[in-house]
Amino acid sequence: MSQSFRLENVGLINKNKKLSFKFNGKTYFGYEGDTLASALIANGIHLVGRSFKYHRPRGFFGAGVDEPYAIVQLFRNGETEPNIKATEQELFEGLEAKSVNCWPSVNFDIGAINNFLKIFLPAGFYYKTFMWPKSFWYKVYEPFIRKAAGLGVASIKHDKERYEHKYEYCDLLIAGSGPSGLASAYAAAKNGARVILAEDKARFGGTLLTSEVNIGNKSGKEWAEGIISELKEMPNVTVKNRSQVFGYYDHNMLVMSERISDHLPETKKFHPKQRLWYIRAKEVLISSGSIERPIVFGNNDTPGVMLSSAAKEYLKVYGVLVGKNPLIFTNNDSGYETAIEFKKNGIDSIILDTRKDPLSEIVEEAKNLGIKIKFSYVVVAAQGYKKVKSADIAKLSDDKEQLGKIENIKCDCICVSGFWTPTIHLASQSGNKTKFKEDIDAFVPGSSKQKEKTLGAANGIYTLDETLKSSFEAGHEISKKITNNDNKISFPNVVEKKSTTHDKFWCVPLPKGKNYKRFLDFQNDVAVSDIEIALKEGYRSIEHVKRYTTLGMATDQGKTSNLNGLQLVSKIENKVVPNVGHTTFRPPYTPVSIGAIVGREVGKHSKPTRKSPMHSWHEKNNAVFVDAGVWLRPRYYKKGDENLFEASKREAKNVRTNVGVCDVTTLGKIDIKGPDASELLNRVYTNAWLKLPVGKARYGVMLREDGIVMDDGTTTRISENHYHMTTTTAQAANVLSHLEYYLQLVWPELNVNVVSTTEQWAGAAIAGPKSRDLLQKIFPNSDVSNEGLPFMGYMEGDLFGVKARIFRISFSGELAYEVNVESDNGNYMWEKIVENGEEFRIQPYGTEALSTLRIEMGHVAGSELDGRTIPYDNSLEGLLSKKKDFIGKRSLVREAFNAEDRQKVVGVVPLDKKTSIPEGSHLVKDSNAPLPNPKLGYISASCWSVEHDNPFSLAILKDGKNMIGKKLFVMSPLKNKVIPVEIVSSHYVDPKGERVRS
Amino acid sequence: MLHIKCPHCGMRSQNEFSYGGDASVKRPELGKEISDQDWNNFVYNRKSLRGKHWELWQHLSGCRQWIKVERDTATHEIFKTLKANEEIS
Ligand SMILES: [Zn+2]
Repeated sequence: MSQSFRLENVGLINKNKKLSFKFNGKTYFGYEGDTLASALIANGIHLVGRSFKYHRPRGFFGAGVDEPYAIVQLFRNGETEPNIKATEQELFEGLEAKSVNCWPSVNFDIGAINNFLKIFLPAGFYYKTFMWPKSFWYKVYEPFIRKAAGLGVASIKHDKERYEHKYEYCDLLIAGSGPSGLASAYAAAKNGARVILAEDKARFGGTLLTSEVNIGNKSGKEWAEGIISELKEMPNVTVKNRSQVFGYYDHNMLVMSERISDHLPETKKFHPKQRLWYIRAKEVLISSGSIERPIVFGNNDTPGVMLSSAAKEYLKVYGVLVGKNPLIFTNNDSGYETAIEFKKNGIDSIILDTRKDPLSEIVEEAKNLGIKIKFSYVVVAAQGYKKVKSADIAKLSDDKEQLGKIENIKCDCICVSGFWTPTIHLASQSGNKTKFKEDIDAFVPGSSKQKEKTLGAANGIYTLDETLKSSFEAGHEISKKITNNDNKISFPNVVEKKSTTHDKFWCVPLPKGKNYKRFLDFQNDVAVSDIEIALKEGYRSIEHVKRYTTLGMATDQGKTSNLNGLQLVSKIENKVVPNVGHTTFRPPYTPVSIGAIVGREVGKHSKPTRKSPMHSWHEKNNAVFVDAGVWLRPRYYKKGDENLFEASKREAKNVRTNVGVCDVTTLGKIDIKGPDASELLNRVYTNAWLKLPVGKARYGVMLREDGIVMDDGTTTRISENHYHMTTTTAQAANVLSHLEYYLQLVWPELNVNVVSTTEQWAGAAIAGPKSRDLLQKIFPNSDVSNEGLPFMGYMEGDLFGVKARIFRISFSGELAYEVNVESDNGNYMWEKIVENGEEFRIQPYGTEALSTLRIEMGHVAGSELDGRTIPYDNSLEGLLSKKKDFIGKRSLVREAFNAEDRQKVVGVVPLDKKTSIPEGSHLVKDSNAPLPNPKLGYISASCWSVEHDNPFSLAILKDGKNMIGKKLFVMSPLKNKVIPVEIVSSHYVDPKGERVRS
Repeated sequence: MLHIKCPHCGMRSQNEFSYGGDASVKRPELGKEISDQDWNNFVYNRKSLRGKHWELWQHLSGCRQWIKVERDTATHEIFKTLKANEEIS
């Protein structure tokens, strides 16, 4: 089809560049500068979708952000995106789009049967109809709704586009580049303020692009272009088009979504698709304009019924006629502007004005142009199913309640103007208490909570002269406050047509015997009758009516429906609109893509990756890595085609028989210095610290104030006032904050400093019966004998020219050491250990073997210290000092903590010595007991004991101390396992702890 | 996102800070007798006020100092910030 609705020589589009695109599989042509909507209308396409509930045919209602109908599924460069407004999507070569909410096709839609069954779909239908019988929900209602409804399909593919986030600060953020935005930006910028001016559309200028005005002897459009090009040249100004400020958050933080590549066939190399701006503005000027209101009448959702301002915009910006036989239905002067534009392009329209021949400059002009006007007339109902074919019209009685004789007139579109609603969303989001403005029948911003001011039409000011004057002034005043400059701009002469008052008429009564649907919310299919039902059923609060009927709850947030809904409620309730109140506006003002919200924090970029200095050695030696918090740690080193189980068993076994080396760099390390360091440790740890000699390490447990174990680790006294604390990998950051809290706030009198040194030291654990032989070899000048470096001893040594710290501590239950060197020397240390360990059959071991070793020797770790256990539960009660107070001690006297049958850590072995026990399983007495089977405890950690060559687990078990030797059942409904087990001591290896001291 | 004035570093965004609860809570002195009720109040019971509230924040991704912030919990308005060693007035 050719573009039979396109005008020659009209519009701001580039007619030299023809673009092809596909809609519902058919190829059409448009021009560069078109939106998908304007291009479709140029081709005579008005049927773009089906409505949400009744599946009635839907066309275009607006020309921009307020569009409730024309939502499509977009296909671009191999990707698909739902919930795209055809009125906002710019056309590009090769664009493809499809209708949504219709099945099997937009022309034949099975859900349209809902339209004839609408008696079953009244207000609250989600709550009522589908509630019974209950079993029908899953089998009948839900699948039906899912198939037939929905506003598009989310892609399940990985989004290959890039999205970015940007933080920005400015003196003044101005949202909207219409007359008030441009004037205030210009005045503020000329006065030295750092300004960001944001425009949602591709073109700057807002209504100046379509209105017949004159500013400083230029047309509105020319004036806007002049201001914008000047602003773009100024170093203190950032001007952004295709950028929607969609959220106003606390402390003047606003978020803006910039569509950088959405208008292009594909994203340019190194460009993001979209960018999210977090803008902290000293002051905000809201110049978001206003949105035309519909008038409610029968079948007012028929394709071809649209806002008169949209018809004008399609004509003036895109050179597109929305119809060739238009009917204009208005209660104010705006409809006449559209009629005059039609007339200028040779199209005769009929105006129905609800008013009685008002005195107005523009009405006179229309009369002089010979445009046919019917005063006190209304559209009763649109006729036509997939497109308007005619309109039933009637004369309105003086009291506006009665209709005269119904006449039918032919038309192919109905352009409606019910006056203007200020766009107060951003102001409302900021916490502004909005107020009702009687003369315009709408809410405007009231008293500010944050540093914002609303200008122009968004503030209910509908004349250009006043808008420009007040906006120049606002831009000047606010910038003066910030910059202390006082450069005033001379005010241009403004010529505009004078308008007269609108008629407060918004809803056409139903003619006798007719039951036309009169829609309020076009996207959620909420009609006048639905609101009436909700009120009849007793709903009063506007917030309740909204939720019950879903009025204003669609993705357009009721931009065109809110006020008419309020008018209706106020009329039925016999209240004035401000007493009904309006519902709260919440961000985002328009839908924002998930990709833009997530930004670059996708996959591996979602958190930093920390690697130890020995990482590349691990990689070269076939390490299989595991995420440990933000660290990457070797889980095991794969030999041949070993699996995890085989490899970790080999590695752990080698520690028990020869010697192994493990990268323990990730352990949290905190350097503690100061004359009161011992005192701090004594208060933080549960055991005594004042008498620890220099050169000795001690194991310590710290509690939260509520008595729960927070962390454990060894701390070493390096010198008189200097300690080296270690924490678990997971708790490192929390422990540092914990120490800082007590030092800064609770005990500021303690003279101590703490600092994290986790990344400053590389650590290697050398464990196994041959570890001393190896240590002696790499520290030939140090006495590392059992006497020279006893268990829990510390010394400094020389590792082939590198300074090292040597700790004799053990996590594995074997004779073991930890060597630390400065991180830069980590790899050197590691290579020296491996090289010299060869003769002792050294093997590196990963976290899986590390766990095996600690589990079978009964050393509690993160899975037991899980934020729910006290020292007793972990058999750590021996570390509780009776002589001194410490953090959390007072809580340990709580009754539950001292119950006779208090839970305690135990060992668990399957009776068949074969079946592995899943972690997280429950322990029960009787596997056949009726549900819920009383739980006695849970499996916290499991391994394959290399010492005993059978499965072994740790468990936290009720009355654990008296359960040793008892037989219980492990149950894992998730894994469908029931395993008979015996309870044993948690120390399954070397219960007397002789090896670590050997 | 709140904008918090760290008394050491200046105005910074909320995502540099972590919240630390009611700043008016005083930890009982170590080693002193205390009733179960008083201890429970210290460990568990908080007022969760609507309105002006002194609270602790730590400038975690900044100077790491704990600070005191007077904030309206309903409006998020911040009236005053203090260093850890400054008394709430
Ligand atoms: Zn700071």
